[in-house]
Amino acid sequence: MNPATASSNKLDFRSRGFDFVSFAFTSLTGLATLLILAILAIILANVVWHGWGTFSWRFVTGSADQDMFDVNKAGILPMVIGTALRVLVMTLFVVPIGVITAVYLTEYAQSTAVTTRIIRGAVNNLAGVPSIVFGLFGLGFFISFIGGAMDAGRAEPHWGKPAILWASLTLAVMTLPLVIVATEESLRAITPGLREASLALGATKLETILKIVLPEALPGILTGGILAVGRAGGEVAPILFTGAAYYMRDLPKAATDQFMDLGYHVFILSTQSPDIEKTRPILFATVLALLLLTLSLNLIAVVVRARVRKRMRAGH
Amino acid sequence: MAAFSPSQVTLNASKPAEGAGAPLIQTDGVNLHYGSSHALKNISVTLGERHVTAFIGPSGCGKSTFLRCFNRMNDLIDSVRITGSIKIGGQDIYSPDVDVIELRKRIGMVFQRSNPFPKSIYDNITYGLKLHGMKAKSDLDATVEQSLRGAALWDEVKDRLHTSALGLSGGQQQRLCIARAIAIKPEILLMDEPASALDPIATAKIEELILELKKDFTIVIVTHNMQQAARISDHTAFFYLGELIEFGTTAKIFTNPAKRQTEDYVTGRFG
Repeated sequence: MNPATASSNKLDFRSRGFDFVSFAFTSLTGLATLLILAILAIILANVVWHGWGTFSWRFVTGSADQDMFDVNKAGILPMVIGTALRVLVMTLFVVPIGVITAVYLTEYAQSTAVTTRIIRGAVNNLAGVPSIVFGLFGLGFFISFIGGAMDAGRAEPHWGKPAILWASLTLAVMTLPLVIVATEESLRAITPGLREASLALGATKLETILKIVLPEALPGILTGGILAVGRAGGEVAPILFTGAAYYMRDLPKAATDQFMDLGYHVFILSTQSPDIEKTRPILFATVLALLLLTLSLNLIAVVVRARVRKRMRAGH
Repeated sequence: MAAFSPSQVTLNASKPAEGAGAPLIQTDGVNLHYGSSHALKNISVTLGERHVTAFIGPSGCGKSTFLRCFNRMNDLIDSVRITGSIKIGGQDIYSPDVDVIELRKRIGMVFQRSNPFPKSIYDNITYGLKLHGMKAKSDLDATVEQSLRGAALWDEVKDRLHTSALGLSGGQQQRLCIARAIAIKPEILLMDEPASALDPIATAKIEELILELKKDFTIVIVTHNMQQAARISDHTAFFYLGELIEFGTTAKIFTNPAKRQTEDYVTGRFG
């Protein structure tokens, strides 16, 4: 075929050859994703590799009464319970408060009003505060200010000292933006038609929110809870001054008791051990336990959310 | 009615004579502003009981806005200001002693886009009933059946009342919304382009239903479909740029309108 007639033809579908730029960009995005996966895989493999030998039923369910730096005696049950408990108590506070705030912001507040914008800005800024600052805030606000006020007239501090309640509340303040933002997003995603339908049937705004809007937003609210649990599970800085203990003989029994914590225990093992080399297997096994605990807390929430979604699709 | 030509439009045969039906909704000098835009201009009209009144006009002419004044759905928008009076059954519905909840119980609404709740068919109907205090299961069951029959949906859904309403077709969903609205036994049904998102067969079913419903309800319907207005309504109001240009019997509006603009619109010369 004559190339001159081909090029003069307006319709020319022949390949222009290898498109290097497209190929390079596709490879770049792939590599970036691979990098993330590789980092995660290295961390997990490292933890499992070094921790698996020590990670046993005896280790997970053992008490910390014996030498906590001895591979054959150390147990982490109090830390597992303490961590699970503080995350649970935090959830009890952060989800209702976060949801109510989000409901106010989306359903009641005028979106253009100055106060609304200030609140929104405050929520976003709260999300950017370093976690150690939350720890100090918890110490100053919950323990000294609130606890101190509750102790008025007492000789010994009862409320005004580190406790699982204050640690959980501090974590709740820290994770509040996650719940608020997730809930707000799910509330805004609900079509206005549903609210109108309810109001047009003679429902009050409150009835509409409780019976139509919130049930519809439930998966989004649970997402917020999952994010909060995931974030709080491994945090140490906020509980450092507000409730975590180096060692406790007993499990926490009251809201004012201190508690042992997996994350804090990792810190203790890596900084306070008399023999780093001998403690290392315990350290990895404890990290493994922390990862598994956070993972299973997340898993529970994800399963609950999936069931809620399924039930909603079924129409009940 | 001299100029009435049946060939031009098919008119509803069961239409009562002009002027029949006691006045139920009376508006006087209604003005509505959205912020700085003047959406409704000095609208005075009287709509009769057990009548179907159609609001027609090009998009943005204010017909939906006017419809939403009757159950005070415009209250939900912060920037809306309304002046003038709207009386329903002789009561000024914008007077301070009116309970909007009570008002909306008596004035049902069906929206342009069907909006069933993401619940079962049964729960969609009982939602309003439960809000207003109906508890006994036998009452609820009976009203569900009655409403679904009233909305010509019963035979299609009676075996799956407890499945999700979202599994219904578009036309079925809209009829479910009608069933939901009539379940609480309102006096008036407001319909905001109820068939605009439906195919012709589903539209025909909704139109048949409207003719059936007018025996029990006063119906005000906003529509873009001129044939629909001609087929189902007794009276027609033509709106243009926020003004009520002409109001009269549907036969007169479609065959012998008094205003040039109305004639241009109904004959399809603009809009």
